Amino acid sequence: MAEYSTVFGGLNDFTPGGVDAIDDDPKNYVFSNVFDVADKSAPYERVAVGKNLEYVIEAVRAEGQSPWYACAHDEFALCMDGEVEIHLVKPATAPVDEDSEGAVILQDAPDGRKMGRILIRRGHMALLPGGAAYRFEAGSPSVLLTQAIQGPATIERWADICQIENRSTA
Amino acid sequence: MTEAIQSHYKISPASNETGYRSYEAGSFRFRRDEYFVTVTWPKGEHTMAADAFMRAMMRTVAWGFFYGTLAYDPVFGTTNHYGVVDMFAGTYHPVFKENDRDHLEKFKAEDLLELFRDLVDDWTNEGYDPFAAPGEKRAGKPWGRKNGNNETAVGRIRVTANRMVGLSGDAEIRTDENGYPQNRMFKDVPSDQPLVVAEPGFENEVAAFNLYDYLSRSDVTWNPSVCSVVKESLFCPTSEEFILPVEHGNDRCEWFVQLSDEITWEVKDKETGKPRSRVVMRPGDVACMPADIRHQGYSAKRSMLLVWENASPRIPEMIQNGEAPVVAVQF
Repeated sequence: MAEYSTVFGGLNDFTPGGVDAIDDDPKNYVFSNVFDVADKSAPYERVAVGKNLEYVIEAVRAEGQSPWYACAHDEFALCMDGEVEIHLVKPATAPVDEDSEGAVILQDAPDGRKMGRILIRRGHMALLPGGAAYRFEAGSPSVLLTQAIQGPATIERWADICQIENRSTA
Repeated sequence: MTEAIQSHYKISPASNETGYRSYEAGSFRFRRDEYFVTVTWPKGEHTMAADAFMRAMMRTVAWGFFYGTLAYDPVFGTTNHYGVVDMFAGTYHPVFKENDRDHLEKFKAEDLLELFRDLVDDWTNEGYDPFAAPGEKRAGKPWGRKNGNNETAVGRIRVTANRMVGLSGDAEIRTDENGYPQNRMFKDVPSDQPLVVAEPGFENEVAAFNLYDYLSRSDVTWNPSVCSVVKESLFCPTSEEFILPVEHGNDRCEWFVQLSDEITWEVKDKETGKPRSRVVMRPGDVACMPADIRHQGYSAKRSMLLVWENASPRIPEMIQNGEAPVVAVQF
């Protein structure tokens, strides 16, 4: 008998399920697919795929070098496909207000102490510590899912990414 | 419905016939025999298979009544009001309701939980693990007369990372060495760890771990545990196999991200139980359960599901005031 095979999907290998609404509106489920969103996104657009009051989860197509980001609070990045390097710097001067929420894009590389770097592959989750500045780098198209708070860098385009019409799952 | 908080609790001695204790909470009574659990209330009686009941009761205890409603089946369940808990029979079943056979009583959550903890401990026999999927060797059998206990299985503490799994002083990663081998259905999941290069002084800030490996080693099913925390935003991934032991009735929006394999969700109206949707989730899919439904998941192959919760203490008040969104995003 064959061994069990775990399916994770990826940027070039995804088959979304869907909402088969019996007596319902599919839009109620805000149904999307992280790989599909990343496939249709420009590099490092942080597209919200989930929103719970002020909190968001974002799908990110990681490709090449990202801008530098800063955030006052912790965030997390889960690599769902490919390989992404994260560079972390402790800025000499805080680039964002300590009470602010969400990530902001920095116009320039921050001055400060190097904190280190992390190389994550599929399934790896990295801490993006509050008060740090960070930058992503990916040699080939990869996919990140962030755990974040909605901020200036977050993009919302729900009507473009979500299932709107009924989809039979039979 | 009885509005007063019930204070009657009773644990009866073990039955001479089956060896199991029986329990009373308010006017609800619980007894089990070799195969079944029977719940009685002033206007009715209801019987469930012992395995289904025990899997549901185990989650009730482990989750501290969780968010919203935990319906063991279309008849019996609990609803969490955060400090106070409803226990009901037939309340969300149109036929029981129409024929005035429904019943609901209110309890202090901590008192009812204490009784349920005793029940889970007494009704779990040696070798039976209500957290396991029935296809796992270690699941054991729930049937038969009273035969020992399984304190190790039912006494598990739900993992709740304060910041992120793997950080110093936080929840530990899982390894063969600390007693968490990979599950039989996740033997092909890579166990490589991320490359982390921290400059001196930043060792606990520059950090990462292999979440998929961590989940492949989970020894429980349908039991979300907190792995990373952004203020009140909690990533609660979990490994799923067989059936979610309860129909979870949402009182708030609840997000799912399918990390591996496939889960089918049967979604029903929260109040009536009438079918609303069937949601199939495959790797990368994201969906939000609305706040006015009940849902139950089916996972044929063990899968990885990221449950994303908002634990804001504002939400119970928002629910009470009708201010919590029923659908997470309008577009």
